[in-house]
Order: sequence, then C-alpha cells, then structure tokens
Amino acid sequence: MVTVVGADKPGIVAAISSELAEMRANIVDISMTVLRGFFSMIMVVDISEAVTDLQELRRRLEDRGREVGVRVMVLHEDVFRYMQKV
Amino acid sequence: MTKYDASELAEIIEMLSFQHLDVRAVTMGINIMGAVRREDLGEGVRGIVERRAGNLSEVVKEVSSKLGVRIVTKRVAVTPVSSLLDARAEDPEGAGELGLSVAKALDSVARDLDIDYVGGYAAFVESGYSVGDRGLITSIPEALASTERIAAMVNAASTLSGINMDAVREMGGIIKRTAEMTGGGGCTRLGVFVNAPEGTPFVPGAYHGRGEEDPVINVAVSGPGVIESVVRSMEEADLRTLHDAMKRAAFKVTRLGELVGREVAKRLGVRFGSVDLSLAPSPAVGDSVADVLRAMGVEEPGAPGSVLALAILTDAVKKGGAMATSSVGGLSGAFIPVSEDLGMAEAVRRGALSLSSLEAMAAVCSTGLDMVVLPGDVGEDTVAAIIGDVMALGVVLDKSLGVRLIPVPGAREGDEVDFGGLLGRAPVMSVGRYSSRDLVMRGGVVPPAVSRLLKG
Repeated sequence: MVTVVGADKPGIVAAISSELAEMRANIVDISMTVLRGFFSMIMVVDISEAVTDLQELRRRLEDRGREVGVRVMVLHEDVFRYMQKV
Repeated sequence: MTKYDASELAEIIEMLSFQHLDVRAVTMGINIMGAVRREDLGEGVRGIVERRAGNLSEVVKEVSSKLGVRIVTKRVAVTPVSSLLDARAEDPEGAGELGLSVAKALDSVARDLDIDYVGGYAAFVESGYSVGDRGLITSIPEALASTERIAAMVNAASTLSGINMDAVREMGGIIKRTAEMTGGGGCTRLGVFVNAPEGTPFVPGAYHGRGEEDPVINVAVSGPGVIESVVRSMEEADLRTLHDAMKRAAFKVTRLGELVGREVAKRLGVRFGSVDLSLAPSPAVGDSVADVLRAMGVEEPGAPGSVLALAILTDAVKKGGAMATSSVGGLSGAFIPVSEDLGMAEAVRRGALSLSSLEAMAAVCSTGLDMVVLPGDVGEDTVAAIIGDVMALGVVLDKSLGVRLIPVPGAREGDEVDFGGLLGRAPVMSVGRYSSRDLVMRGGVVPPAVSRLLKG
C-alpha cells in the first residue's frame, strides 16, 4: 500500500509509477485527489512478481518522493485489513 | 484483494503519521527457572534468555519494516527472580547477593541482544515473605543502581490476601534508597503493585507468570493521539455518542497491536499471548491522555469531572479493545503517568493536578499512580502511605494497580526534573504537610475486603 502526499505539481504520478514499473511492482488499484493544491494518492501495489523486496521498494519510493517534493509512505495491506475490517 | 475506501486509508495514514500511533512494546515472556540446574545462576539465566530471545530484536525490526509500523521497544519479562533465589539461597543475605548476580547477567544479555528492558526482578509478598523475597527486595536499590535495563516490581497486595503493610512500609524505604543511589532515575524502573496481572508487556509491571506459555509474546499499544483527534472532531457530541466514537478508535488501535503480536510470534515460532489495551502516552506533543481529557471538556486534568472523563475513556478503551482482540492481557486501562505525559506534567505546573486528584483518578484508570515525582526529603512513611492508598483501591475495587514514585534527592516542590527520552520531565509534586506515619508504622497485614469471600 503506497500513499503519496504533498504539494501538487506535474510529474508526481509519473515519478512514482515509473519507479514502481522499474521494480516490476504491479499497481492493482489507484485513487488520487487534489484538494486546494494538496496532492494525495493511494496505490495498492502487488509486489509478488517484483524484483525488489519491500524494504528496498520503500527506500526507493521514499527517495524518489523526496526528489519530486512529496512524502511517500509504504505500509503492508494487513495493517489496513486488520484496522478497518471487523 | 479487499477494496478500501480512500477515507479509510487516509485515516490509518493519519494515525500512523500524525497521531503517534505505534506499538509501544513487544515483550517476550520467558521462564528462567531452568537456570537452577546450572552451577552459575547468572550464566544459566543468560543462556536461557539468549536461546529464547536471541533473534527477538531482529524479528521485531523485520515486522516493523514489513508493516510500516513503528515498534518503539523490545522487552523481555522473566519469571519473578525471587522464585529462582528461593531454589538456591539459604538466607536473605545469600539471596540478595545471588539476586544481584542474576540482575547483572540479565542486564548484560539485554545489552548484547538489543533488548531495551528486562522485567521480572520481582517478588510477590502480598501475604508474606520467603527467603528469596527478602533477599530480592533488599537488593533492589543496588540492582537498579548497577544496571540500566532491569525493571523491578513488588506485588504487596491482592484481593485474595489483603495488603501486606510490612512490605508496603519496606518499599517506602526501598524507593527512597533507590532514589538516593541513582539520583531518582532508578525509581523509573521500580513499581509496587496490587493484583499484578500476568502478561503485562509494560515495565516495571512485566514478569513471566506461572500460568503463561514459555516463551510467549505480549504486546503493548499506544494511541492517545488517535483518541484525542476523534474526540476533537466531535465537539457537539453527547457522551454516549462520544463514548461510541472513542470505542471505535480504540478498536483500531488494539487491532494494530494484535497484528504486530501475531506476526512477531509467527516469525519466532512461539505462542502469541495477549495485547495490553492500555492507552500509553509518551512525552511527545499530541500523544497525551491529559489532552484526551481536555478534548472531552475537562479544562485541566485534576479539575472536578476528571474522574468522570477518565472513567468514560477507560471504559471505551476496554470495550473497543475487547472487540478487537480475544487475547486481552496486562493492565488494559489508561495510563496517567505524570512525567511520561506532556499534558499531565503541564497540569501539575498549572496547579490543577495534585497527588489526591491523581489518586482519585487511579480508582478508574486501571493502571495506577505512575511516574509521580516527589520532593527529595519526603519521608519513607509518606511514600509508604501513598503506596498504601493505591493498594487499598486495588483490594477494595478488585483491580490491578501499580505505583511508581520518584523522590528525587535534593529536589523541592515545583522543581523540574528531566528523566530523558520516553520517561519525560515533570515538576516535583507536593505531598502536603501532614503525615500518616503512625498508621504506616503499625505494620501487619490488612485483611482482604469482603469481595474476597465472594470468590469462595
């Protein structure tokens, strides 16, 4: 589960999704909103076929996020499943 | 793959990023009685802890990294060391010396394994002492002064046995001596308990109980920031509606603990024990139980209405938590420490929160009187009397409660004391002018309350 927040500008989606593509991580679901200039995006990413592990993926996405000026957080889907579903 | 609403996802992200939601502790309970088979007790204990918890720290880091959730501390809880001493020592002096060697061995193995605390330097003396208990209790000041990661606890009262006032009185002196030997710092690792439950992941209350699986993983969550934010978003809500919203938030907080505990236990190949639902504050801004009370409408903790608000909060935490996990353990209430909660310390500074209001709140928080900084010249008998008050609440109300008092040498009422890190800072509280020395000096055992008889 990848979440991206920050000030809106061109190229954020491209930066994050191209980084994911390079690691062969598959975007399963994506939702994106821009509210008063504030960009927020949540992606559900399948890394079962990915060439990197979760730690490496997190590190690369966080680095890429910093380059384009947004904050990236990577969490495991279990966290959401446990906390939001009874 | 389950579909999530964007707002559901955003809520969790906010909790983890901005509301300080984290897992406070993953605690492994270990039975160390096998150490008596070894000639050198310290070596025996070290060997057992190494075998059981050798990769605890690594696994906790892995789980934290996989889930993207902060896990603040890794801890170990061992069999009450007094039992170990009873198996070996002939007299209290021998037990005390042996105890110190075990404490040092545990401290050094904790350092080697990157374990933050080891709980279980403990004795249960609610109705009387054994040789091991005597030796261990006497050795507590030195044990805490000569180690960094050992936590000590003494259970001095229970619903079944009443209150051992001899032990309470002795603990008044032990706390003072610990403070003198450590500048107060050692007292942050020392608690006196009534009805101390098994499976507590929090120190100093953590010990490995007789009925527990060996080894076992118990987990402590945090989460005051999450509850506060929910309360702040419901300014107009009546108390039933507010209670419901707090309960829902507590559910989510506890689920996180359950998830982490199960994952760590699975990776270690050991049994998952329980989650302590307790709301545990930290000295960070926005991670305060006091601020939850303020958000509920109490101007300052300690004001009339504080007990009511805390009772509502504790009940909501328990009910939400009970739905979230079927493995509830430990104290499972709401912590109201003074120095570890920025908002509580501030309430003391503003003159709103006194020792008596904290005692009243302890009756409904299910955790006790915690991290209360006292003047350096407070008498042993006054420390004992404060402990006695909390023991009485625990026995009469049939609750688990703890007391952690820190009389800082040289400090006077109103002085600020800083313990650093998660332990926080707080002003020294007033103990008032009057004493109950004559009451405390009577000693003996206070018989259990009538509720004892209902148990059979």
